[in-house]
Amino acid sequence: MTQKSDIRAEAEALQAIFAGAVPVEAPMLVSADTLLDLYGEDIRGRAFTTHDPDRGELMLRPDFTVPVVQMHMESGAEPARYTYLGEVFRMQDAGSGRPTEYLQLGYEVFDREAPLAADAEVFALMLKALGDLPVRAVTGDIGILLAAIEALRTIPARKAALRRHVWRPRRFRALLDRFTGVGKSAKGRADYLKTAEEKGLAAMIAQAGPPIGLRTTDEMSARLDRLRAEAAADPIDATEAEMLVSLLKTKTPLSEAGAALQNIAVDLPGLEPALEVFATRVRALREAGVPVDDIPYDASYGRTQMEYYDGFVFGILGPQPGQPPLATGGRYDALTRQLGDGREIPAVGGVIRPEQVHAVREGLA
Amino acid sequence: MITLGVPSKGRLMEKTFQWFSSRGIEMRRTGSDRDYGAEVAGMPVDLRLMSAGEIPRELASGRLHLGVTGSDLVQERIPAWDQAVEILAEMGFGHADLIIAVPAWWVDVRTLDDLDAVAADFRATHGQRLRIATKYHRLVRDFLRDAGVADYRLVDSQGATEGTVAHGTAEAIADITSTGETLRANHLAILEDGMIHRSEATLFRSRAAQWNESTRAALHKFEEQLRNAG
Repeated sequence: MTQKSDIRAEAEALQAIFAGAVPVEAPMLVSADTLLDLYGEDIRGRAFTTHDPDRGELMLRPDFTVPVVQMHMESGAEPARYTYLGEVFRMQDAGSGRPTEYLQLGYEVFDREAPLAADAEVFALMLKALGDLPVRAVTGDIGILLAAIEALRTIPARKAALRRHVWRPRRFRALLDRFTGVGKSAKGRADYLKTAEEKGLAAMIAQAGPPIGLRTTDEMSARLDRLRAEAAADPIDATEAEMLVSLLKTKTPLSEAGAALQNIAVDLPGLEPALEVFATRVRALREAGVPVDDIPYDASYGRTQMEYYDGFVFGILGPQPGQPPLATGGRYDALTRQLGDGREIPAVGGVIRPEQVHAVREGLA
Repeated sequence: MITLGVPSKGRLMEKTFQWFSSRGIEMRRTGSDRDYGAEVAGMPVDLRLMSAGEIPRELASGRLHLGVTGSDLVQERIPAWDQAVEILAEMGFGHADLIIAVPAWWVDVRTLDDLDAVAADFRATHGQRLRIATKYHRLVRDFLRDAGVADYRLVDSQGATEGTVAHGTAEAIADITSTGETLRANHLAILEDGMIHRSEATLFRSRAAQWNESTRAALHKFEEQLRNAG
C-alpha cells in the first residue's frame, strides 16, 4: 500500500515544472447549484453532496476548474497562470474499487492574446512533467466538431440540436440520421403538426388542461413555428452527413491530421477557418517541442467526458490499459462565459493525477 | 436459521402472507396487532416485520437473508443492485409503474425526444434547467441519461409529487402510479415512452448475507416448499 505522503511528495516534485504560475488554493465545498447548472444532473452521480443550514446544498469539489475560474473571474489580472495541488472527491460506481479522494495537480492559463500558444504550452508542460515515464498521449479538438456542425447547410435549430448532443454519441447519431432523412422521424410529430393546423394550438391547449407550470403558451407557439420550419426544411445533404461521420472517425498522427481534415473540408467548405486554427496549433505544438509525428489526433477524443471542453483536448495515458489517465486537459472558453456573468476569457488547463504517476513509477522500480 | 424481512403494514403485508400461505408457508403475527413479532410455522425462518423501505438496505448489508419488497425500492436504493441481491420470485402483486409525466396542456410533448427539446428551450428562455420532481433519483437519472435527455434537473419530492407542477416547484414529475387517476386529477399526462420501471412485490435473496451450510440448508428447504406448492 502506497503511503499518502509518498504521493504528496511525488505531486510536489511534479509541481516544480509549473514554477512560473501563481499557486492558488480553492475551497473544498462548492455550491451544488453552480455545479448542477454547469454539468447537469449527472454530477450527482459523481460528486459527494452535503448540506449546510445556511448555504444549502454543497458538493465536495469534484475538480478545481470551477473554483479556480470563479476566483479568476472575480479578482484575477490578465493574463494569468495558476497552479494548484489538493484533493478532489469523486463518487465511484459500486464495487469499482476506485479511489473516492485523490490529489490533483493542475495548471490553468487565462490568456486572451495567444490562445493557441497557450494550448501548446499547457500540453507541452504536461508531457515534460511526465516525460521520463512510459506514457502515450492522445489529442482531440472539440472545436473542429462544433465547426463541422456549423458548416452543415441546414437550419439553425438542427445545428443547435446536434451541437447540444455532441457529447452524447448515440443520441447525436440518431439526430443526424433523422435530419438526413435516413433515420426515424420524431414520433407523433406529423400528427401534432396536422392537428395544430386544423384546430389551432389555442383550441388544442384549451381541450387538454389548465396551463400549470412555468412554461408559457408563447413558448409553445414559438416551438410550433420551429417545428413547422423544421418539417419544411430539406434534409441535410447525405454527402455532408457522411463527411461529418467520417470526420468523427478520423484518427491520425497530429502532423498528418491537417491533410486528412482538408479532404473532408472539400465537401464541408465551412470547415476551413477551424482547419486554419488547427494547423496553427499544430505548428505551435511543434515549436513547443511536442513530437507531433508520434502523437495521435483522435477526432472523437473528449466527446464522452465532461461537457465543458470546447476546443483542444488531450490525455496522457500510462502503460496499463483500463487505468485512469495520468493527465487530462483542454480548452474551456464557454465555461468561463457561463461562470463569468457576461464576461469571458479564453482558458486552457490540465490536471495530473500524482497517485497514477506514482503507480507507474513504482511499477518500473 | 435464515432471516426473512416482509412489509409490516397494510395490503402489502396481507398479500405477502397470502402469497406464502397459498404455497404452504404459514406466517402469522405473534402478540398484538401493535407489536411486530411474527413467525413462520414449521420452517427454519426468523420472520421480521419491517418497513418496506428499509428492506433494501437490510438486504444490501446482509442482515437479512431474504426479503420481500417492491422492485422499485431495491433498484433505487441499492447501488449496483443486481450484484447485491438476486430475484427469487416476482410475486404478482403490488404493481406500480414508475413513469414520467408532464402537464397535460403541453400538447407538443408526447415523447422523451420532445421533453429533451423543450428542456433546451426552457433553459434558454428561463435561465434555469427544467425541473423534474421525484423521489427516485437514481432510476430517473439513469433512465434519462440512456434516453439522451439533457438540461433537466431533479428536485426532491418525498410525497404529493403530483401536486408540484401546479404549485410551481417543478415542470414535470417522475413518480409511481397504478391507475393514473391521481395524475389525471392533477392535469398531468404520461409520456408515451416515459415508462421507467414496472415495479411489483418481489422476493429477493441477499448475496451479502452469511451463507454457510446451515443457512444454505434452510434456504433449500424454503425454496423446495415454494417450488412444490407453486
